[in-house]
Amino acid sequence: MLKLRLIFVVFTLVLLQSCTEAKMDSRAVYMLLDTSGTYTKQFDKADGIIKYLLAKLSTGDSLALARIDSGSFSEKDIIAKITFDLRPSKANAQKRAFYTAVNEYGKDIRNSSYTDITGGLLQAIEYLNETGASDKTILIFSDLKEEIKEGHVRDFPIAFNGIKVIALNVTKLKSDNVDPREYMDRIAAWKKRVEDGGGSWEVINDFDHLGDILK
Amino acid sequence: MTSDFLYIWFPQQPAVSILIWAVLAIFLMYIARTPAHQALCGAARSLHNALRLIARSIMLAENQLRQRNREVLLAHGREAVERQIDREFQRVEALVSRDLSGYPSLQRDLKEQIAKIDEDYIQSGEVPPQPPEWLKVIEAVAEIPGNGSTVVSNILGDIHATLKKSMNRDLAEYRKANKERHALLKKMMPYWRSLGKTLVSVEKKITGLEHRSNVIDEQMQQYEQILAQTDQAERTLSSSSLTQFFISALVMSIAIIGGVVNFLLVALPMKEMVGAHSYLAGMPASDVAALFIIAIEVTSGLFLMESVGVTRLFPIISSLDDRKRKIIFWVTLTFLLVFASIESSLAYMREMLIADNAAITQFLSDNVKVEEPQLSWIPSVGQMVMGFILPFALTFVAIPLESFIHSSRTVIGLVVAWLLRMLAFAVRLSGQLLYSLGRLLVNIYDLIIFLPLRIEQSVRQRKSGAAAEVETLDEAVVASTEEK
Repeated sequence: MLKLRLIFVVFTLVLLQSCTEAKMDSRAVYMLLDTSGTYTKQFDKADGIIKYLLAKLSTGDSLALARIDSGSFSEKDIIAKITFDLRPSKANAQKRAFYTAVNEYGKDIRNSSYTDITGGLLQAIEYLNETGASDKTILIFSDLKEEIKEGHVRDFPIAFNGIKVIALNVTKLKSDNVDPREYMDRIAAWKKRVEDGGGSWEVINDFDHLGDILK
Repeated sequence: MTSDFLYIWFPQQPAVSILIWAVLAIFLMYIARTPAHQALCGAARSLHNALRLIARSIMLAENQLRQRNREVLLAHGREAVERQIDREFQRVEALVSRDLSGYPSLQRDLKEQIAKIDEDYIQSGEVPPQPPEWLKVIEAVAEIPGNGSTVVSNILGDIHATLKKSMNRDLAEYRKANKERHALLKKMMPYWRSLGKTLVSVEKKITGLEHRSNVIDEQMQQYEQILAQTDQAERTLSSSSLTQFFISALVMSIAIIGGVVNFLLVALPMKEMVGAHSYLAGMPASDVAALFIIAIEVTSGLFLMESVGVTRLFPIISSLDDRKRKIIFWVTLTFLLVFASIESSLAYMREMLIADNAAITQFLSDNVKVEEPQLSWIPSVGQMVMGFILPFALTFVAIPLESFIHSSRTVIGLVVAWLLRMLAFAVRLSGQLLYSLGRLLVNIYDLIIFLPLRIEQSVRQRKSGAAAEVETLDEAVVASTEEK
């Protein structure tokens, strides 16, 4: 009889444990926006991607938008960030507020003289790890040409640990047209850096394939 | 490795090596023929017997199961017929208390009506007019001879006039009396009609009672058959049970579809209440909450039906007194009303969420800010009504559920019994096949060693032939000696 009671208590505890456990199937997306050179004029394209993300992400998911400037490893560069409420109606209101904030930023983009992609990535990894989401994605809206301010150290390995990195709208520079190998080498170098750090790498230049960004 | 061993005799000539192995094998098989035959036959027989034993056990189990099924079926049938008879008696009681309770007053009315009719009838009786007393005097005066006297003639004329006058007066009185009688008879007509109507209504009531008694008679016959455990009763109940099973399964599947619709109405707004990203045992908490609400509604429905006495799934409830059952009825009805209202509001909230989602999609695609989501009233009201009605509709699941549970016991029993019978047949067949296989192996064994067997047979024949020759010679010698 005592044994039976013990089994019952253990079973109940296990059941309660399994009941209270929240499933970590939330998603987190961090989008880096290049603000150097001609990219300030391509905000419309970035806007389309943000709309797509807002439509795809749902309750419990997180989204952040940050700019890449001279020194991107800073919270100041985060334009907007949000973790959507668990209630659908509240999440919809948050989406509206997020998009309004992004829209406001789009009206007054300042051109940056340097492009600190590594700093932006480090900031993104920090944010994504803090969200505790199971599916983490970094979107880089840039030509991937890094230009760092003198004195800044960025040539070290980065731990991506399962984060998916997607480069969007990687435009070809004038020099790339002269020697296309530069473009390919640049992409290959970033790919190697991400994969060496335990992440996965992808390039999407055709926005018709945006459907592959999120699960 | 195997081939090396095979060609051990003459490695250069594999055919010869194989032949030697074959001869050796045949020789060994020939030597071991008798024990090999015994082993094969013994193994086949043992397996055959074991499988027969298993088949027998299975058949025994099948018989027991069939017996048990029969008992359960008859018990359920008896219970059902008892309920029907009980119900019929209740109807008869209601009929008697409703219609025949007024029988004494009815009888009184009838008596009064009959008395009135009788009275009127007596009054309307025709009294023959009495002849006037002075007729004899007149006859005597009339017989007086006149002899041409005017006096007599005048007297007779006066008498005639008086008589005529009197006759006219009597005739008028007679007509008047007849008229009164006719009036009295006319007065009787409504009484007759009323009497006729009363009798017709009595006849109807009696016919209804008679019909009920016929139904009770039929059910009693069925009940007696069940009590006597006849095959006819078993067949009838079994067939009825199968029909019930399929009908209730059909209704249950319709109810399940209704449940799914109900779930779809509730699941989305539940996300708003319990959150979209919490999980219970791997399932979204909103879905669990929606299912819980539906389960509570169905359970309340079951108790409601039980308290009303429509179903008898819980003997404790059906054995409670009427007051307690009434309390359960009101409590479950209140629960149902509350949950129906909750569902109705959830259905409205669902429509609001859908409108909000549509607004945000429009906002993101066209960049048009929609302040107030457009809520269309027709689907909203439709969903609210559906959300309110579905819980009550699900209440009626209790009826097919009861039939399903009762009939499934019989159907499962029948299926299992059939499976056991099939299994027993398969086991028996396998046993027989194994026995035949044993005999076949013995024959194949002999076929392999047919050469030494043939040689043995020839040798035996020769030996027996020589012995016969010696015997014939001996007989011939004896015969010739006897002749000499």
